[in-house]
Amino acid sequence: MGAIVHRPGRDFGFGLLALAVLGLVAPWIGLYPVFVMKALCFAMFACAFNLLLGFTGLLSFGHAAFFATAGYAAGHAIKVWGWPMEAGLGFAVLCSGLLGLAIGALAIRRQGIYFAMVTLALAQMVFFVFLQAKFTGGEDGLQGIPRGRLLGALDLADDLNLYYAVLAIFLACLALCYRIVHSPYGQVLKAIRENEPRALSLGYRVDRYKLLAFVLSASLAGLAGGCKALVVGFETLTDAAWQMSGEVVLMTLVGGVGTLFGPVIGAFAIVGLQDQLADRVGSWVQVILGLTFIVCVLGFRRGIAGEVAAWRERRRATSR
Amino acid sequence: MASPSDDIILETRALTRAFKGFVAVSEVNLRVRRGHIHALIGPNGAGKTTMFNLLTKFLIPTSGQIFYEGTDITRERPAEVARRGIIRSFQISAVFPHLSVRENVRIGLQRRLGTSFHFWRSERSLECLDEQADELLDAVGLLEFAGETTVNLPYGRKRALEIATTLALDPALMLLDEPTQGMGHEDVSRVTELIRRVSKNRTVLMVEHNMGVVAGLCDAITVLQRGQVLSEGSYETVAADQRVIEAYMGSTETTLAGAHG
Ligand SMILES: Nc1ncnc2c1ncn2[C@@H]1O[C@H](COP(=O)(O)OP(=O)(O)OP(=O)(O)O)[C@@H](O)[C@H]1O
Ligand SMILES: [Mg+2]
Repeated sequence: MGAIVHRPGRDFGFGLLALAVLGLVAPWIGLYPVFVMKALCFAMFACAFNLLLGFTGLLSFGHAAFFATAGYAAGHAIKVWGWPMEAGLGFAVLCSGLLGLAIGALAIRRQGIYFAMVTLALAQMVFFVFLQAKFTGGEDGLQGIPRGRLLGALDLADDLNLYYAVLAIFLACLALCYRIVHSPYGQVLKAIRENEPRALSLGYRVDRYKLLAFVLSASLAGLAGGCKALVVGFETLTDAAWQMSGEVVLMTLVGGVGTLFGPVIGAFAIVGLQDQLADRVGSWVQVILGLTFIVCVLGFRRGIAGEVAAWRERRRATSR
Repeated sequence: MASPSDDIILETRALTRAFKGFVAVSEVNLRVRRGHIHALIGPNGAGKTTMFNLLTKFLIPTSGQIFYEGTDITRERPAEVARRGIIRSFQISAVFPHLSVRENVRIGLQRRLGTSFHFWRSERSLECLDEQADELLDAVGLLEFAGETTVNLPYGRKRALEIATTLALDPALMLLDEPTQGMGHEDVSRVTELIRRVSKNRTVLMVEHNMGVVAGLCDAITVLQRGQVLSEGSYETVAADQRVIEAYMGSTETTLAGAHG
């Protein structure tokens, strides 16, 4: 013991720094900023989802609802009401957080597969509301969302300006996830995941802790959805469909459930795969994603980041 | 002011629980005196664990009432009952396996800081509890394992850790479901000693199969059989009760001591 104490804080700090450096140079090494921005938004979405699946042990199959709600909320506030972009994003987070509170309150009492089914059913209801509602533009979607200016000064219509803004939001989101996981609250969450009856018998009102996790996860998914709407300039029903809920599960699984960086890796892998394959194989993309999913579930359950962590753990164990 | 019932910390009235027609606990009137170590014994399947689940609200009674400190707690939820000071352990060791041994105890201590929902605070803020956690670990002989991941502990030590975590909440009433089950001789006497020590300012209700432990430790005994109270009283009273002897051994020849290993 003693000398080889494992410090998660230091590891995370290095990881975050590496991502920041990578992110800063990415546009200068030939990566298309809009592509990276989109991937960063999905990375935030996956991190938010992982807060629930990986760190609380709840499988939501309705996270598309929060992603899309935020997209419409941000789009509507900025385009129709003419709000500044920061206020629009804040409003988006608030809306998805409140929706999270409502859906979470209804779903949290259910266990396992029933929880997933309730979240799916409620998210489908949200989908149909968006399909019918006026403000979403129905099948056409909400088009032409202006990006506005950061703090009223920096013109975000410039891809590179928006890129650095999104990168900063992404890094902050990741840091917040770390803080949540490694907080007094995170400790209780871990205890609940490990042994729920025991946590209950020690006097923890387990449902309230889970509900807070659900709301936090929904809010961060909202931050991701709001940013994505800004980046692409429109919001459509695609984001609210159940396939989107499935994609975020896939990203998280491929990257590594319950690891902080896994969802980021997974999101880049899936968004990259879709981007590369879309022109070449058309709708076969779905089949390939499906196969990836099967390989993950059968072959390497820990995901990319999980396998790397396990390998490092083994090395640490042998070097003792 | 002192009425006789002031001394009763926990009381059940005609407590009953049926599972799809099968009555696991039937019309049980249990009275636990403040400050006592009270044993709940009985053959396998007698309904002891079901009683614990009812008392801690993990199960809802089919009928009957539960009073704690004179208050009817029949309708309360598990976390509320725990907050009143009734903390249980489980028959199958209940620890948090991938938390360190110290963190396990800290989970018990943490609630009273009032920061358990603070997701923006560093977990370092919990380090102020380490000293107290270590004292509790020392009391159960686990201090040297404080940094170990709990899953790596041998069974007996996990049970000791469970008691330390329970003690962290400083419960007024401690419910222990077979605390010595699956332990070697040495561990049994250590845990017995521990229970005696920690029962100073509190009440203990424990399920225990080891009659040696019961005889040396407990002030009162309730014997359950097929969900019903068969006999109650001091060890001498119960051990001499023909019905108890029959229930345990299926014969009247043997004495209770040593029954049920
Ligand atoms: N959830 C349940 N559903 C159906 N039957 C149950 C349930 N829980 C307990 N029982 C039944 O109730 C009876 C009493 O079980 P209980 O676990 O309370 O016994 P016990 O006295 O703790 O026994 P042991 O000494 O083996 O721990 C058993 O016959 C058991 O099968
Ligand atoms: Mg039992």
